[in-house]
Amino acid sequence: MKKYIDQGKKDTRSGFGAGLTELGKTNEKVVALCADLIGSLKMDEFKKNHPERFFQIGIAEANMMGIAAGMTIGGKIPFTGTFANFSTGRVYDQIRQSIAYSDKNVKICASHAGLTLGEDGATHQILEDIGLMKMLPGMVVINPCDYNQTKAATLAIADYHGPVYLRFGRPKVANFTPENQEFKIGEAVHLTEGTDVTIVATGHLVWEALQAAEQLETEGISAEVINIHTIKPLDKNAIINSVKKTGCIVTAEEHNHLGGLGESISRILSQELPTPQEFVATNDTFGESGTPDQLMEKYGLNAVSIQKAAKKVITRK
Amino acid sequence: MSTKQLQDQVIQVRRDILRMVHKVNSGHPGGSLGCTEFLVSLYGKIMNHDTNFKMDGINEDLFFLSNGHISPVIYSVLARNGYFPVEELNTFRLINSRLQGHPTTHEGLEGIRIASGSLGQGMSVAIGAALTKKLNNDDSIVYSLHGDGELQEGQIWEAAMYAAGNKVDNYIATVDYNKKQIDGATDDVLPLGDLKQKFEAFGWEVLDIFKGNDIDAIIAGMAEAKAKTGNGKPVCVLLHTEMGNGVDFMMGTHAWHGKAPSDEQLESALNQNPSTLGDY
Repeated sequence: MKKYIDQGKKDTRSGFGAGLTELGKTNEKVVALCADLIGSLKMDEFKKNHPERFFQIGIAEANMMGIAAGMTIGGKIPFTGTFANFSTGRVYDQIRQSIAYSDKNVKICASHAGLTLGEDGATHQILEDIGLMKMLPGMVVINPCDYNQTKAATLAIADYHGPVYLRFGRPKVANFTPENQEFKIGEAVHLTEGTDVTIVATGHLVWEALQAAEQLETEGISAEVINIHTIKPLDKNAIINSVKKTGCIVTAEEHNHLGGLGESISRILSQELPTPQEFVATNDTFGESGTPDQLMEKYGLNAVSIQKAAKKVITRK
Repeated sequence: MSTKQLQDQVIQVRRDILRMVHKVNSGHPGGSLGCTEFLVSLYGKIMNHDTNFKMDGINEDLFFLSNGHISPVIYSVLARNGYFPVEELNTFRLINSRLQGHPTTHEGLEGIRIASGSLGQGMSVAIGAALTKKLNNDDSIVYSLHGDGELQEGQIWEAAMYAAGNKVDNYIATVDYNKKQIDGATDDVLPLGDLKQKFEAFGWEVLDIFKGNDIDAIIAGMAEAKAKTGNGKPVCVLLHTEMGNGVDFMMGTHAWHGKAPSDEQLESALNQNPSTLGDY
């Protein structure tokens, strides 16, 4: 099985910040808006380098989404930055009407998604955002797995015309994908080849899936790990081709099992190739305070949980 | 356009509104009629705009309708100004039409740059467009229209604070100040208080157009508003209008906010407004 090396832990939000910094230099149409969280979103560099293209909106996320929509009229490419909770649920109607329905070229960039936000607790740990955003017609939903991929995704969405939701996180996690990789929206990345079980993961759970696959290998189980960085549009063929080979699938995400990646995959498989599936996701619950590692363990979102789910789903073939 | 031409268009737009709403037995005639003189003047006299529609609207004035339910009036004014064929007004609110119940960009209707209907969002959008104009060194003005009841939405005040705090001074927000909303008088539903003082306290230039259904008063007032742009403050115009203006039985009440006239009522309303430019 192909092995992946952690090049040193980094937060995905810093990958976003690095991508935005680069876009500042390479794309004059890019403007950045923030709702009083510049440091948290790692937008400092862009602000310093391009003060005329940076807009501090204040604690007024609804207004930020509307301003971003308006700024596209005249050719700008706005990147909004705030926590995932305030980037979605708090401003859902603004996104729905002024951005999605109006087909505006806004990039909604959301940090601190999921449980790994940690100590702030459930008010800030949104586990419903993928569901909210994937339900909006025309919205692209991306959840990259590490620093390098988040940077690449940030660059890629500037070149795509249309509304995008880009989800990333707070803690430092393994950085294992190639530097300066090409990011193709909607194209899954095969990380390992396997024959017994397909493990499809997104975001922080991709590294956990790789750890699970290594453990499974020691037990004689061959797992095919696929990184689904784009939840919408979903790379249907990659999933179907893999389960044709393995006959079962585990989906893993830092999100509620209702509305997340797992449900999107279930829909496709139920239509085209009904397949046993296990879900590694939160079970219709809010989060709570704790360290990221404690929370991921308590809510069953780590390599151990993926291993268990893989073994279980294999017995269901 | 001359005042006479504008007046003729006002009458015709009234007929369009009434006939559109009557045909599908749905829509919002009251606010549409109340803002007819304003929108006819805006598109016919006040704004520098290009009927060869381009979404980006570079080097032209832009208008955003935030209270999207008065779609009949904007559709009629856009059509009568040549954005799209007037015959298309026949499709208002029908299936497969570009003239949706509330305006949308989704169907590519010329003249519409943002969807509106869910209230309170248009001021933010207009501010965004005004900021982009500044970045593009485009001296044009951005206009918006809001219902007075719409000001009950919190996002309006987020936007009002932002525009003043960031000197968005290439922007004129107009309030359709008819003091009525769907459930009754704004004073009964949720009192707006002193709107002039509120906007001034937020740091805006505010002026009233007391005769908001009088073309000359509108043109003079908007010229005054335009003269106040470029001075570091956003400009708010309180346009004192009469809901249902031009149709006697629709005036002085909120009852026609979202109700279509019957056949007899339509006939009476049209008789009060004899055709000037020809019906669609």
